[in-house]
Amino acid sequence: MTDQELEKAAANGLINRRHLLGLGLAGMGAAVANSALAADAGMLLEIPAWSKTPGPGASDYGGRSSYAGQFQRMSGAPNPTYPGGGASRSPLQHLQGTITPNGLHFERHHAGVPDIDPSQHKLVINGLVRQPLVFSYEDLLKYPMVSKIYFLECSGNSGALWGANGADAPDGTAQSIHGLVSCAEWTGIPLSTLLDEAGVEPEARWIGAVGADAASMGRSVPLDRAMDDVLVALYQNGEPVRPEQGYPMRLLVPGCEGNISVKWLTQVKLTREPSHFRDETSKYTDTQPDRLSRQFTFPMGTKSLITTPSGQMTLNRPGLYQITGIAWSGRGSIRRVEVSADGGQTWADALLDDQHSHKALARFRIPWQWSGGSAILQSRATDSLGNIQPTRTGLINEVGLLGRYHFHGIQSWGVNSAGEVRNVFA
Amino acid sequence: MSLPNKLIGILVTLAVSLTGFHFVSQAQSVGLGTPISESQLTDFDQIAGPDGSGFPAGSGTALQGKAVFEAQCAACHALGGEGTSAATVLVGGDMHSEGTPLRTVGSYWPYASTVFDYIRRAMPATAPKSLSDVEVYQVTAYVLYLNGIIDQYKVLNSESLPQIEMPNKDGFIDHSQAQ
Repeated sequence: MTDQELEKAAANGLINRRHLLGLGLAGMGAAVANSALAADAGMLLEIPAWSKTPGPGASDYGGRSSYAGQFQRMSGAPNPTYPGGGASRSPLQHLQGTITPNGLHFERHHAGVPDIDPSQHKLVINGLVRQPLVFSYEDLLKYPMVSKIYFLECSGNSGALWGANGADAPDGTAQSIHGLVSCAEWTGIPLSTLLDEAGVEPEARWIGAVGADAASMGRSVPLDRAMDDVLVALYQNGEPVRPEQGYPMRLLVPGCEGNISVKWLTQVKLTREPSHFRDETSKYTDTQPDRLSRQFTFPMGTKSLITTPSGQMTLNRPGLYQITGIAWSGRGSIRRVEVSADGGQTWADALLDDQHSHKALARFRIPWQWSGGSAILQSRATDSLGNIQPTRTGLINEVGLLGRYHFHGIQSWGVNSAGEVRNVFA
Repeated sequence: MSLPNKLIGILVTLAVSLTGFHFVSQAQSVGLGTPISESQLTDFDQIAGPDGSGFPAGSGTALQGKAVFEAQCAACHALGGEGTSAATVLVGGDMHSEGTPLRTVGSYWPYASTVFDYIRRAMPATAPKSLSDVEVYQVTAYVLYLNGIIDQYKVLNSESLPQIEMPNKDGFIDHSQAQ
């Protein structure tokens, strides 16, 4: 396919997304590594060794290929003053589609992962209810459930991009900068079902949700939200919720900062006022330039990022590439993702795999002809409510630099003439 | 009966007859929760709120809390609460200082109840819930004393603690209903 046949969609090499539908991949370059095939064009194909020996048989629980070792979460060093605390990040640049495998879902813990025996675990609903109730795990398994695909994002995700005044952009990968977002199919019981059974008193306005971890981490959620689409999730991508995601059960508050989806859920208390837990006062609050701090900033902003090419990758040669990435909104679905190769001067619409990504990840793709010159790759999401992802500068101008949560500005990946991709502030 | 309704009717009948599940109609409650009384939850429910709800019996002063703090807390928070890392600073700071303010219990936290609630549920980090309720009152008093909010003789209990006014009590905006 020649350049003339590719319809340009924006400056610096962006190609109309419709070419993805029928475009041969043979012309596409690979980010990261040189093609092993290209280096050995005169080869003779032979039957490989693994086609001549029977492999191991079926197993009780499947693992992944030993060659897929780069699919790892990235966790920080243990902190002796914060035992079990910390986070691990999903390898976004290695993943495709929109569902995060359970073993790669990001983690954020405040006192480590408890080892909970489900037969001993209790879920209590008390406070301003007609009848306080306690549920066992076995009880809850018998309730009608729903399955929904939702993203979870830590509100501290992408925090490195706030930067300091005048500071250079930190070097990093999609994983190290943005890896505190993941997406799974969650199956569980609408919290409203259980609250209705306990009988919410008219004066109740909030719930206090508490986990069974060593920090007994608690968060307050307004009752109207709690009665809306919140789940007590028991399954994650079809299997019981993983211990690091809250086994045997977690709260799942769609679209909202991950911390309020309290893991290892053991208590839901109906109250008149929020409980003002430490993690909704001291932490997870957003100080404004006027020194007042916003509290209970729940929905995650309209956001996207390009996962390939992304930070610390190298484009091996000029030519045709597939740009791809993820987009999400805590308030609705993703209606549109635009991509720029010239730092936001011109934009082209990317192809969305799924237009029904309600509070879930959407995957976008667009072809790009890299000339071998410099480029700044950006993506910009628009959600179903018309919210448009702001530029980094626009976001900082709006909310200032004293808050450290809820960064959802546009990510810029700079490409130099050597094909090296780096995080830049543009 | 229209065809879709008829179909649903058949499916529901099938589901009920085949499985015997009684929850096919979601409007009907499943009712598997076991009734429990609040008095049975006294030890379980540890939520202590700014409205004074949930505080246990007991009391303590900063004078009493000093020894507990130095034995249980100072390894991470240092003897004067000045911290051993940025994350463990408990004292100082001013929300109106130039640049990024140091946000501590004294400069940032809007409610004294949160100090008690958090220490009781999560501290010390190496052994959460190992302090008695009296020790939690004592250590709470000591942390507030280190911040100059109360004197060392002030007795904190379920009545007095929620009434303490924190310096940054008016520093927050409830954003919970923002769209």
